Amino acid sequence: MPSDPDAFEDVMPEPAGAPVPAVTPERVLAGLALLVPIVAMLWVSSYDKTEPAAGGMPFFYWYQLLWVPASAIFTVAAYLLINRDEKARKAARKGGAR
Amino acid sequence: MKDVNVPALVVFVLFFALVTVMGFLASRWRRADDAAHLDEWGLGGRSFGTWVTWFLLGGDLYTAYTFVAVPAAVYATGAAGFFAVPYTIIAYPLVFLFLPRLWSVSRVHGYVTPADFVRGRYGSRPLSLVIALTGILATMPYIALQLVGIQAVLDVLGVGGGENANWFVKDLPLFIAFGVLAAYTYSSGLRAPALIAFVKDALVYIVIIVAVIYIPIRLGGYGHIFDSVAEHFKQTKAGSLTVPDNKQWTYATLGLGSAMALFMYPHSVTGVLASKSRNTVRRNMAIMPAYSLMLGLLALLGFMAIAAGVGKGDKGFNAQLSVPQLFANMFPDWFTGVAFAAIGIGALVPAAIMSIAAANLFTRNVYKDWLKPAATPADETRVAKAVSLLVKVGALVFVLGMDKQAAINLQLLGGLWILQTFVAIVGGLFTRWFHHWALFAGWAAGMVYGTWEAYGIASPKTKHFGGNAAEIPGIGEIGYIGLTAFVLNLVVAVVLTLVLRAFNAPDGPDETKPSDYSADAGDDELENAPEPVAAH
Repeated sequence: MPSDPDAFEDVMPEPAGAPVPAVTPERVLAGLALLVPIVAMLWVSSYDKTEPAAGGMPFFYWYQLLWVPASAIFTVAAYLLINRDEKARKAARKGGAR
Repeated sequence: MKDVNVPALVVFVLFFALVTVMGFLASRWRRADDAAHLDEWGLGGRSFGTWVTWFLLGGDLYTAYTFVAVPAAVYATGAAGFFAVPYTIIAYPLVFLFLPRLWSVSRVHGYVTPADFVRGRYGSRPLSLVIALTGILATMPYIALQLVGIQAVLDVLGVGGGENANWFVKDLPLFIAFGVLAAYTYSSGLRAPALIAFVKDALVYIVIIVAVIYIPIRLGGYGHIFDSVAEHFKQTKAGSLTVPDNKQWTYATLGLGSAMALFMYPHSVTGVLASKSRNTVRRNMAIMPAYSLMLGLLALLGFMAIAAGVGKGDKGFNAQLSVPQLFANMFPDWFTGVAFAAIGIGALVPAAIMSIAAANLFTRNVYKDWLKPAATPADETRVAKAVSLLVKVGALVFVLGMDKQAAINLQLLGGLWILQTFVAIVGGLFTRWFHHWALFAGWAAGMVYGTWEAYGIASPKTKHFGGNAAEIPGIGEIGYIGLTAFVLNLVVAVVLTLVLRAFNAPDGPDETKPSDYSADAGDDELENAPEPVAAH
C-alpha cells in the first residue's frame, strides 16, 4: 500500500507530507453550493404562484428563469472550491512523494 | 398543396448547404495521426477544449425536438410543460459530482462508452451488455424524433406536400437531409457535428434572442401575452398558468428524474468523453446553463403562440407545429428561413452524435465483447462507421413506417429506460460495494416496472404509453414513473447485494483503482496509462 500513496487519496489522509483529509471545508462548501439550486427547484410549492409578477410575467416563470443564472453562479463557486482542493491535494501528493 | 414560402426556403437551403460542406471538411479539422482508431472517429480524438465542448454539448443536448416539443408542451398545457427549465437547472450541479470521475476513469482505461466502464468496474459482461442495449434502445427513438423536428419545419415551409402528396415526394426532402447527414458522419465522425454545432448554436441564439424581443413587441408586451394565455386556459380548461397542487410532485419528480437521466444517454457521455481534460468537463457544467436560459425563453414561445392565435379554432391543430407556425406568421420570410435553418440544423447535430454513440456502444459492447473479441481498433472503426449508417436508416424507416405517436411514446419510455442504468454507472463511480448480479436484477426490476406502469397509461391520443406519471406506491402522490422505477431499482440492488455478500457470492474482478477516478490530463496516471488500444 505505501508503495502506491495515490491509491487511497480519496479515502484517507496521506501517510507522508502535508496530509489532506477526505473531508475538507472546500469539499463541504462545494457540495452545499451544488445542493442549493437542486433543493430550490424541487421545492415546487415555494414558487407555484402568479404573484408578484414582474414586467407582466407571473412569478412562477421569472423566478425559475432567474434560477438559471443563479445556479450557474453556485456551480462556478463549486468549481473554484474544488479546483483549490485538487491543487492542495496535488501539492500534498508531490510533497509526500519526496 | 400549401404555398411554398420561397424566400424562407432559399435561406434554409443555403444554410443547409453550408453545414454540409463543413461536415465533409470537418475530417481535416485537427486531423489525427491514427485515423483508424475508434477514439478518432467516435470521440474526435478526445481532444476538445472548453469552448468546443460547450458548443458540442449544447448542440447535442438541446435538440431540434426539444425546440419543437418544449414550447409545444407549454402551448398545450401551460405551467406543467415548463418543467424542462428546473430539469436543466438541476442537471448540471447534479452531474458536476460524478462526470469528472467518469471522464478520468474512462481516459485512464480508454473507455469509449458507459458500458465499457461498467464491464471494467464490475468485470461482468452480462451487466455491460444490458447497459449497452438499454443505451441503444433509448437512443433509437430519439434519433427518429429529430426527423420529426425536421418534418415539422418542412411542413410549415410548404415543401413535403402535406398529407395528400404521394409518400415519395412528401418525404424526399427528408431523404436528402438524412442521406447527406449519414455521408458526412460516416466520413468525419464526431468532428462533423462538433464543427456544425458552432453554426447551429449561433443560429439558435440569434433566433431565440430576436424572437423573445421582437414577438412580444408585436403582440403588445409580456403582460398582454400572459393575460391572453390566462383567458385562453379559462375557456379551454386545457392548462393553467401555475402547476395545480396535485401536480407539484409530478413537476418536481419529472425535473429530477429527467436531470438524472440526461447524462446517462450515450450521446451525452460521448460529448463528455470527447473533452480533453477533467477541468474541461467541470467548467462546462458551469457554463452550460447559458443554454438552459435559452430553453426557458424558448418555452415561453409556446405562450406567445397562444397569444398570437396560432391554431385558434382548429380542433385538430398539431401542437408540435405551434412554434414553427408562430415564426412563419410573425417574422419576415427571410428570417423565418433562418429560424427554420436553426431547427433543421439543430436536428442534424444531435442525430449525428446519437448515431455515433449508438454505433460506439454496438461496436465496443456487442461486436467486440461478444462477437469478435480479437477485433483490432481499425476493425472497430470500420464496424462503428457501418453501424452509424444502419442506425440512421433504422430511424428513417421508423419515422416513415410507423405512427409518429409511436416515436414520441418510445422516446418518453427511452428516458425511463436510460434512467435504470444510473445505479450501475453512478454507483460504480463511487463504490465497488454493489454486486453485479444485484445491479442486474435492479436494472431488470426498474425496466419491467417502469414499462408496465407506462403501458397502463392512456391519453386521448393513444391507448397505451400515453404519459409518464403515475401514483407513487406508498406516497400516494402522482410522480414520474422513471424515478419511481429508479428507486425500486436501487432498493433491489441494495437488498440483493446484502444477500449475495452474506452468501459470499463470487464477484467479478475490478480493473480500476481509486486514483483512476481523479486522474487528470498531465498526471502520471495518464502518462503511464496503457494506450486505449491495449486496455482491451
